[in-house]
Amino acid sequence: MGKNLFNKVWDLHKVAALSETQDQLFIGLHLVHEVTSPQAFQELRERGIKVKYPDRAIATVDHIVPTKDQFIRPYQDTLAEEMLQAVEKNTTEFGIPFFGLHSDSRGIVHIIGPENGFTQPGMTIACGDSHTSTHGAFGAIAFGVGTSQVRDLLATQTLAVDRLKVRKIEVSGARGPGVHAKDIILRIIAELGVMGGIGFAYEFAGPAIAALSMEERMTICNMSIEGGARAGYVNPDQMTFDYLKGRPFAPAGDAYAAAVAFWKSIASDEDAQYDDVYRLDITGMGPMVTWGITPGQGVEVSGNLPRIADLDESEAEITRKAYEHMGFTEGQKIEGAKIDVAFIGSCTNGRISDFRAAAAVVKGRKVAAHVRALAVPGSRKVKEQAEREGLDVVFTEAGFEWREAGCSMCLAMNPDKLVGRQMSASSSNRNFIGRQGTPKGRTLLMSPAMVAAAAVEGAVSDVRKLL
Amino acid sequence: MTDNPAAIKSIEGRALPYQGNDVDTDRIIPARFLRSVTFEGLGEEVFIDERVDENGVKKEHPFNDPAYQGASILMVNRNFGCGSSREHAPQAIMRFGLQAIVGESFGEIFAGNCISIGIPVFTARETVLQELQNLAQREPKTVFKLDVEARSISFNGKSIALEMNSSVRTALLGGTWNTLDELLQNMAQIESVYDRLPYIKGF
Repeated sequence: MGKNLFNKVWDLHKVAALSETQDQLFIGLHLVHEVTSPQAFQELRERGIKVKYPDRAIATVDHIVPTKDQFIRPYQDTLAEEMLQAVEKNTTEFGIPFFGLHSDSRGIVHIIGPENGFTQPGMTIACGDSHTSTHGAFGAIAFGVGTSQVRDLLATQTLAVDRLKVRKIEVSGARGPGVHAKDIILRIIAELGVMGGIGFAYEFAGPAIAALSMEERMTICNMSIEGGARAGYVNPDQMTFDYLKGRPFAPAGDAYAAAVAFWKSIASDEDAQYDDVYRLDITGMGPMVTWGITPGQGVEVSGNLPRIADLDESEAEITRKAYEHMGFTEGQKIEGAKIDVAFIGSCTNGRISDFRAAAAVVKGRKVAAHVRALAVPGSRKVKEQAEREGLDVVFTEAGFEWREAGCSMCLAMNPDKLVGRQMSASSSNRNFIGRQGTPKGRTLLMSPAMVAAAAVEGAVSDVRKLL
Repeated sequence: MTDNPAAIKSIEGRALPYQGNDVDTDRIIPARFLRSVTFEGLGEEVFIDERVDENGVKKEHPFNDPAYQGASILMVNRNFGCGSSREHAPQAIMRFGLQAIVGESFGEIFAGNCISIGIPVFTARETVLQELQNLAQREPKTVFKLDVEARSISFNGKSIALEMNSSVRTALLGGTWNTLDELLQNMAQIESVYDRLPYIKGF
C-alpha cells in the first residue's frame, strides 16, 4: 500500500518521537505576524535564546493595519501602533526577514507566502494563525499554532505535535456558472460539520479539485479549519509547478527541474491509504450562503433556512442561538435578506481572481444606496495588479471603497468594523458572533461574486441572475 | 527521582458550568482585545460581549454569577474553542482563575494552546458533561477533583472516568507541558533534518 502526501511530508520532517503519539516536527517555513508573536519574542529575550533559523521565517504586518491612511504614522490607534513597532523591533533584533509596512510585497501573510514563492510543495509550514491551512493548496502540510508554539518555532524551528489522521475528500462533477471555490468549501463544511475534521488533515482531491486554479485551491484549503481540520491540502500537479515558476523566492534554473522532481515525489501515491474517504458530487450545486453563526450553517442561495424540528437534537442548541442572533425566521428564504455592508477581501478571498470575479458582476452597475461596500486587496501586489487591470475603477465607479491591503473587516482589528446590528455580506471565513467588530453585527459568508451581487441588489441575491 | 515542579497531577475545586456547542474563540475573547503585546488583563475580558450589554451593564452569565466565582474547573460542551489560534483565549480563561477544562470536545488548536500553558483538558461523553454541569448548577459548592494520572473526575464520593490524549497526559504528569526545554534538547537531530531537506539545500 502506498503513502499519502501527509505522511510522506511528516516523515521527512520528523526530528524525534517525544511520546507514543507525539513527534518533534521540523517546520520548513515559519510565518510570523504582529498579533500572535510579541509574547513569544519577549520570552526568548527573557531567556536569552536566539532564533534558531531566522532564514526559515518571514514576518509581516497584516491584522492591525488600517486600510485607509495606512502610511500615516504614528497610527491613531495607539495599541495598533505599539504592535507594529513591536514586530518591527522584534524582527530587526532577531534577524527575521520582515515585509514591513512599506514593502511592495507586504500583505496578508497567507497571500504573500504563495505570491512570492515562499510556499512550496513538500514543506511543513506553521504560523500563529489558524488560516495557515491555506498553504496546503501547494501540497504542503500547513497549520496554525498558538503563541507558545510560535516561541518553540523561533527557538528550535520545531513543534511537539501529534500526527493527524487523513481524510480524502473526493469532489467530482462540473461547476455550474456562478459557482466558485468558496461555494464548494462551504458545501463541504455544511455536510461534514464544523467539528467533522477534528483530528484530521483533509486531502482535497478528485476531478473538481484538479480543475481549480491555484488561487481557488487556496480558498478551499484556507477554510479547512472552519470544518475542524487543522490542515488541508491538494496534491501538487502541473498547475502548481507552473504557478511557482518565476516567483521571486521559488527555485529557478537547474534547481527548478530538481524541485519539480521532488514535488512530484511527495504527492500521494495512487494506492495511498487514508483513514477516511468522503465523496461529494457538485453537479447542479448552486452558490452557497451562510445564514447563522458557524461556517457550517450554510444553504444554497435558492434554499430555505432549516426548521429546528427537522434537525438532529445535537444541532438544535446552536441553531436556536443562530436564529436568536441573526433575527431570521425558521424556514424562510435567504435570498432577499437585506444587507448593510459588503466586504470583499481576506486571506480566503482577497486574491486577484476574487476581484476579477467580483468586478465582472459589479461592472456597469451601482452599489445599492443603503449599502456600504469595501474592496480590500489581500496584498499590495494584488492591489497593483487589480489597478493595472482597471478593476479599482470598476469598483469605485460602482460605489465601492477601494482600500489598501490588510485583513480588514474579516476580524476588525483595524478601524474597518460593522456598526450595531449591521448585516454584512462578506467574502471572509468566519460568521462568528462579534467577528466583524461589533457584538451584535451579523455576517453572511459567500463568494466574492455573490458579495458583489448582494452589494448591487442591496440584499442576498443569486449571482447567476446577474451574469 | 524527584518530581518535576511543573508536573500537574490533579486539580481540585468548584466548577463553572458554561453551556453551549461550537463556542468559538471570538466569543471567548473578541479580536479587539488582541491589540496588545502582552496577555495581561485578559481575565477581565473573557466572554465580555456576552457578559456586559452595550451600556456596560452586567448581564446574567455564568462568568458573572457569584455562585461560580473562585471556581477552578470549567465545564463545557461540544467543539469548545473552535476557530482562531489565538492563545489569548485560554490565557483569558486561565487569568479569570480557571485551571482546568472538561468538555465533550474541543477545537484542536485551542486544546493544544491550553496544554501549552498548563491547563489540563479532559473530554467525556455528552451525558457525562450534562450530569456534571447539572450538578455544578444545582450545588455550586460541590468540590470536584480532576486526576490526570487516573483520567477521572471525583466528587461526593463518586468517580467518573474521563478521557485525555496520552501525549498530553504524559506532558502534564512529567511537567513537560511547556515544550520548549524538551525541544531544545534535540538540537543535533534538528540540525540534521535542516541539512537534509531538499528545499533548504537548494535542490
